[in-house]
Amino acid sequence: MDRMRTDISFRFPCHRVLDELGNVTAELPPFAHDAEDMLRMYRLMTLARAFDAKAVNLQRTGQLGTYASCLGHEATHVGVAAAMRPEDVLAPVYREYATQMWRGVTMREILLYWGGDERGNDFATPRQDFAWCVPIATQTLHAAGAAMAFKIRGEPRCALAYIGDGGTSEGAFYEAINLAGARALPVVFVIVNNGWAISVPVAAQTAAESLAQKAVAAGIPGFQVDGNDVIAVREVASRALAVARGGGGPAVIEALTYRLSDHTTADDASRYRSPEAVRLAWAQEPLLRLRKFLLQAGCWDAAREQVLLEDCAAQVEAAVAEYLGTPKQSTDAMFDHLFAQPTAQLLEQRDIARRYAGKSGSH
Amino acid sequence: MIEAIAMAHAWEMQADPCVVVIGQDVGANGGVFRATAGLQQRFGADRVQDTPLAESMIAGMSVGMAAQGLKPVAEIQFMGFIYPALDQIINHMSRMRYRTRGRLSCPVVIRTPHGGGIHAPEHHSESTESLLCHVPGIRVVIPSSPARAYGLLLAAIRDPDPVVFLEPARLYRAVRQEVADDGRALPLDRCFILREGGDVTIVTWGAMTAEVLRAVTELDEEGVSAEVLDLATLSPIDSGTILASVAKTGRLVIVHEAARNVGVGAEIAALVAEHGLYDLQAPIQRVAGYDTVMPLFRLEQEYIPGVRRIVDAVQATLAA
Repeated sequence: MDRMRTDISFRFPCHRVLDELGNVTAELPPFAHDAEDMLRMYRLMTLARAFDAKAVNLQRTGQLGTYASCLGHEATHVGVAAAMRPEDVLAPVYREYATQMWRGVTMREILLYWGGDERGNDFATPRQDFAWCVPIATQTLHAAGAAMAFKIRGEPRCALAYIGDGGTSEGAFYEAINLAGARALPVVFVIVNNGWAISVPVAAQTAAESLAQKAVAAGIPGFQVDGNDVIAVREVASRALAVARGGGGPAVIEALTYRLSDHTTADDASRYRSPEAVRLAWAQEPLLRLRKFLLQAGCWDAAREQVLLEDCAAQVEAAVAEYLGTPKQSTDAMFDHLFAQPTAQLLEQRDIARRYAGKSGSH
Repeated sequence: MIEAIAMAHAWEMQADPCVVVIGQDVGANGGVFRATAGLQQRFGADRVQDTPLAESMIAGMSVGMAAQGLKPVAEIQFMGFIYPALDQIINHMSRMRYRTRGRLSCPVVIRTPHGGGIHAPEHHSESTESLLCHVPGIRVVIPSSPARAYGLLLAAIRDPDPVVFLEPARLYRAVRQEVADDGRALPLDRCFILREGGDVTIVTWGAMTAEVLRAVTELDEEGVSAEVLDLATLSPIDSGTILASVAKTGRLVIVHEAARNVGVGAEIAALVAEHGLYDLQAPIQRVAGYDTVMPLFRLEQEYIPGVRRIVDAVQATLAA
């Protein structure tokens, strides 16, 4: 009986390096002293925000389908990206554009996906990363499986799965962290806790005080980090990824941030949350504090900020033009890639679809 | 249609204190399509509950609640997310009564949006009803108008057995119709004859009724009189109404959005082949979605069978 009983207590202090005003509140990791490295992260965070605003605008003007905004998540997405290596594998949800952009996914590809075109999932790089994953939490098991492949082949690589706060209520998440722990897999699960699963707040999702502590039951390390602090996110993620790549096993990281936008453009968050809560969250947002840090460090100024904003706007405009200029796929695309070789049945139906191309559907 | 669905919920919650609504975002948000708008304010957070995000949990807790005498009406936000719940639906919900020899039962309604045509993201436009129709012990129902949504949802909630209630997403806001909020249910297990005609029988359901009725208008101009049946309850099938219609017209065209392969259309064709073969004057035609994944929305109108395909199929059966 004694053997089966273990009393444990745990604390998950939230790791933070920059406070909301950009003041340094903990020891800076080495990369934070490298101005160029820091500016690379800041530039991408700024680009992600510019892209996001444009994507929402495209949806509002009927040029994009439903779109899930990443507003407010930039530090988590970029901090994680900077901690990953190109040979690692990412299993995203559907909001982590900045991580994907760091890894080579283009804004045109992101727009194609939300514009209703499968080619958005066929990014030119990184070829081994998973596609966007709408069925909640399912991607965590794919990451665990990829990690199993790395382990079997003895490769020093790590899989990384994102998941939202709501997603941690799904069975698949518990299955994934349990498997990862049981087999000491090289996989890191990053829970982006932005406070909301559409309209459901975290407090209605779970009685657990933190989501990081869900790692305890899986017997793996859990960490909580200020998800609006790119330095802290990168530091914690880098450590976890290095341990995993080195055969030291998996980890769960909970990044605390806030969904400053609606869930998607199809949502209206004013129905279920107060403007006051959103206003307070804006004071914590990630770009502001990093900009202040960079200004204090003497490697940034208003003139360079202006140049950056113009450059981001130009990059976004170029991507939008490419997206809008991409012709629709032919009806054949519906039948391509379902199997390695199309079946006789599909070839027959492909001909029917060709015959009715452009005159099918409800309008 | 969406208001009719909210209205049916409200009527039955008022009439029957055992009815409890659960799902993701059904509370303060009133459902992502507004199917449960206003219910939590009116009936409280115990009877209209936002659940944690887990579909298997929603179906499984419905089994437990129903076994205790409640009548859960559970929303699965999109049909593409129902798959984790199939374990609970197939292994427990559908056979609780059977396994326990009638001691326990599962009067549950699982509501979920069905089909494409609304420019939705990936996995949000599924029409995989035949997966569910294959399962013994559950009814699968799909309305095609606001009035039928109201009456059939009331019937589904009042039914003593589990019902999966599919809601054609592109009809949610497509049609406006005055619906009397009188608490009158429509019969389950029955087809609705949307239009009488003598030359050909067209069987369809859900949102495809709109395309079929447009095709029928076109056929009228060509002097073809089509009888249109809205299947409404996809499982079990009302074979009597279908066979009577085929006996009258001698021709059958089946139209559905779901993929053709092992679709509900195949079951209807088999029924008619078994019991009405000698009434047929021409081979049965199926007009269905292709046997591929519902494409993202840039191509979805190429996937959903259109008026042209339906008219051509009818003409083909008349020419045979």
